[in-house]
Amino acid sequence: MPYLSLTEEEKKAMLGEIGVRSFDELIKDIPVSLRDPKISLPSSLSEPEVQDLISKLGRKNTSTKDALSFLGAGSYEHFIPAAALEIVGRQEFLTAYTPYQPEASQGTLQAIYEYQSLMTELTGLDVSNASHYDGATSLAEAALVALKHTDRPKLLVARSVHPHYRETMRTYLAGTPYKVEEFGFNEDGNFNREEFVAKLDATVAGVIFQTPNFLGLVEDLEGVSEKIHANGSLMILTSDPLSLGLFKSPGEWGADIAAGEGQPLGLSMMFGGPYLGYFVTTQALMRRIPGRLAGLTQDADGKRAFCLTLQAREQHIRRERAGSNICSNQALCALAACAYMTLLGKKGIHEIAEINWDRANYLRNKIAGLKNFEVDTMQPIFNEFRVKSKKSFAKIEEKLMAQDIFPGVALETFYPELKDQFLVCATETKSKEDLDRFVEALAQC
Amino acid sequence: MNFPENLRYTKTHEWIAVQGTKVKVGVTEYAQKEISDVVFVELPKAGQAVQQAKMAAVVESVKAAFDIYAPVSGTITDANKALEANPGLINHSPYADGWIFELELSNPSELNSLMTAAQYHEAVQQAPKH
Amino acid sequence: MLISQDDRLSFEKSKPGRRAVSLPKDRFSGEDSLKNIPKGLLRQTSIGFPEMSEPDIVRHFINLSRKNFSVDTHFYPLGSCTMKYNPKVNEWAARQEKFSALHPLQVEATAQGMFQILWELEEGLKEISGMDRFTMQPAAGAHGELTGMMLVRAYHASRGGPTRTKVLVPDSSHGTNPASAALFGYHVVEIKSNSHGCVDMDDLKQHLDEHVACLMLTNPNTLGLFEKNILEITRLVHQCGGLLYYDGANLNPLLGIARPGDMGFDIIHINLHKTFSTPHGGGGPGSGPVGVKKHLIPFLPGPLVEQTKKGYAWASSSPQSIGRVKLFHGNVGVMVRAYAYLKTLGKEGLRKVSEAAILNANYMKEMLKDTFKVATDGPCMHEFVLSLKSFSAQGVHAGDVGKRLLDYGFHAPTVHFPLVVPEALMIEPTETEARETLDLFIQAMKDIALEIATDPEKVKNAPHTLPVRRPNDVLAARKPILSYRDQVREKALAAEKMLPTTDCRLQTSD
Repeated sequence: MPYLSLTEEEKKAMLGEIGVRSFDELIKDIPVSLRDPKISLPSSLSEPEVQDLISKLGRKNTSTKDALSFLGAGSYEHFIPAAALEIVGRQEFLTAYTPYQPEASQGTLQAIYEYQSLMTELTGLDVSNASHYDGATSLAEAALVALKHTDRPKLLVARSVHPHYRETMRTYLAGTPYKVEEFGFNEDGNFNREEFVAKLDATVAGVIFQTPNFLGLVEDLEGVSEKIHANGSLMILTSDPLSLGLFKSPGEWGADIAAGEGQPLGLSMMFGGPYLGYFVTTQALMRRIPGRLAGLTQDADGKRAFCLTLQAREQHIRRERAGSNICSNQALCALAACAYMTLLGKKGIHEIAEINWDRANYLRNKIAGLKNFEVDTMQPIFNEFRVKSKKSFAKIEEKLMAQDIFPGVALETFYPELKDQFLVCATETKSKEDLDRFVEALAQC
Repeated sequence: MNFPENLRYTKTHEWIAVQGTKVKVGVTEYAQKEISDVVFVELPKAGQAVQQAKMAAVVESVKAAFDIYAPVSGTITDANKALEANPGLINHSPYADGWIFELELSNPSELNSLMTAAQYHEAVQQAPKH
Repeated sequence: MLISQDDRLSFEKSKPGRRAVSLPKDRFSGEDSLKNIPKGLLRQTSIGFPEMSEPDIVRHFINLSRKNFSVDTHFYPLGSCTMKYNPKVNEWAARQEKFSALHPLQVEATAQGMFQILWELEEGLKEISGMDRFTMQPAAGAHGELTGMMLVRAYHASRGGPTRTKVLVPDSSHGTNPASAALFGYHVVEIKSNSHGCVDMDDLKQHLDEHVACLMLTNPNTLGLFEKNILEITRLVHQCGGLLYYDGANLNPLLGIARPGDMGFDIIHINLHKTFSTPHGGGGPGSGPVGVKKHLIPFLPGPLVEQTKKGYAWASSSPQSIGRVKLFHGNVGVMVRAYAYLKTLGKEGLRKVSEAAILNANYMKEMLKDTFKVATDGPCMHEFVLSLKSFSAQGVHAGDVGKRLLDYGFHAPTVHFPLVVPEALMIEPTETEARETLDLFIQAMKDIALEIATDPEKVKNAPHTLPVRRPNDVLAARKPILSYRDQVREKALAAEKMLPTTDCRLQTSD
């Protein structure tokens, strides 16, 4: 093992200093019947062998850099500035623990504080926490906040919210007295307003919308928050954070909580994680925020200092009476998002949103012109849209995969009624040639 | 430690001032010391019904959050809004400016279950020291 | 000056017109089409991100990083957190584009290398822990516990029988244990520790009945002791129909020595960011895979990886599955690192790690026991707890000693935990530290003990050499300022009321 320091002589000497004759005396509390289990593992590899193995395994993958990928559906291919990667790779951030000793963690704490500041700017809401595990769990935590805050038993969720988010929420709430009810979307992909209004009754704690929704459409939420608030419920909104550089923010829509996935903010797709659950809310709900928060304060010498705050309701203090069991955040992912947003800056955040919109929009218009495909055209999109195929999607996928094109995510997996429909995503990573090549390939199907 | 004679007490360290059918509730000097610097108080709303020995408010310090129980059952008539801006009142003036809520009694006989200052003093003496 | 004293936020360094990242200028859709978006859907408010150049941003963050302690710069004997060295080959592996640029929903055949890593890592975890199947979805230990409690509930519900309402946890347990159980409406019952620091068997027996859903146990426990009655504990809980949950926070000293599965545990979570050497990242991301015995496999969150004739694939979920607990397949980036570690470790490495971890802890305990009171008797496993109660006379608390250690260049041990020990200081050296480092730490502890006797104020007011000293957490919680927005708003309010701003938080330092 290359990571151990004790020499055999040192071990012997230390056993002597401890005052035992053999190592086994130190583990005498472990019943003999349990000791030395038979474990079948391959032998240890040297570092060149590990590197070689990892490279070989890598070569068995076709990454989105090898192929032309139009996959989205909750995980997005974006450009990540080299400076952001360098900052996140900095070992003093990477190998530090949770900032429980503020004097020894001002770097992490200030970065979290800046992340919180950037998220409040982006979402137009008042208070952000230091992040959750991912979008799905953050939304589930938001749901719990609404249920507890209003003391009502039911959540109303748009069926056009990411299916994995909805499944995670159901998992979290199964076996509790709380219920989840859904309202559907219309043929055109927009949420069903009549059904939403009809189901908004006095038992509803919170209503959850996604915009752009899972089908890529920017929802028109005009008048929605007024209805929800008049009913005494909370409005929870989940959005692709990059879309907020162009489209209305949760704050502008009147949402009480913005909770969702922060992966587009400078995190690699990494086969699904680690990602970043953002959670931003209003002043009124500040004391109900689950998880960590960094705050600004003064130190004993009157200097500015950062520390974790509003922790009295957390698990390490309240134990079984805590509102949530969360005891970590995705600090390094929050740092990545912080560096990414800072590097984009005031102008860049709008530009990147516009470029995403431009690429997807160009592609949508081109595909709309193909004879075997149809697209939604009534509502604006951000960087993703639905394509309806007249032919079997499985066949199309097979054909395009052979040309190293990942055509998109099949919607039938999530919505059985959406047979041969698929979700196509195009971000700033796509050139005009890339998009034209895809359209050309689809035209041959 | 000061435990005024004119008040009644609970074993969970609330004090009660009885004024006819209304009672005022706060935490004792012993409790505020245990809690240390109060940073936030979650107050009950007027009109809210509370039950004896059930949670009615939460007092938070940086170290912990303490549930404050209703010493008797009734309906909340008022809460000390001054604590919102200045939660430290609980530390500085636990028996006066630091009162937490007021309620209208629904069952006056419950008052009999409360402790006198002398009884509470004794109970505190026996409490384990931290 | 080695560490920059500039404490300005990026927002305070901003200057209109500065840019960092440059983005493509060309648009494919034509300028006009943006105008076709209904105005009601477009953002109307500006986004107050800072405006800075790339060199200034890089310097900003690198200087921030220098205000941190970290495993790569300091000894970090944080009990229960297992701050071992984070091998660089793991980082190298996780940075490979062949992994980082994989989409979670891409066709299985195009990600066989990734699947193989997930499969082999699971196989390794199964062997090491003695469990039958793992879900890799949970993102952290606490998330694993949450998943574990869902499994407990689903399992009992599927069997009918008496309503099981109680979850037992020892009083020395991590706070996440009772919090996780309570989230699902379980009544949490604390089991007392006996005078040796282990589960009090009589107290346990008193609480065992047909209402017990589960016992959650950390073994070795948070006092660093192996529960020597473990076989009796698991037998008794099983006898009354309850399940056993193993909190894997302290698995590090058991590698190759003993397996939770053999002890009788039904469910376990493993913290890859502890035992499997992945970095803590300042508080995450971690990874908390949950393993179960056969009878609980059908309840695991799906999808799981399976081996088919055509290669690896996602298995369809069992109808009894509790459902997914995470957006996609878990923190895969952390798993790639853990896989590289597992390969380096191999069969031979397991026991070497645990032996060194145990040896280092016992050595430190032995060297400190004459100066400080050790909370337990006899040998410990990978960590031990000191009780600093005797210094209360000088007004010095465990936390003060932790702060003073920062001046000596060591991260503080875990303080005030476990709750069963007054003035607790919990020390876990891990296996990767050299004896010289341990000796320096031991000397620092002895020096501090001397300081407490001669100059207690020095300890009470520590640290003296770091960028800040004792941030006021009462002020932070009473008048929270949680973003730059808050600062700007509070400053404007103060100006409006013509109040003097003595609060340094509202002063801009430019």
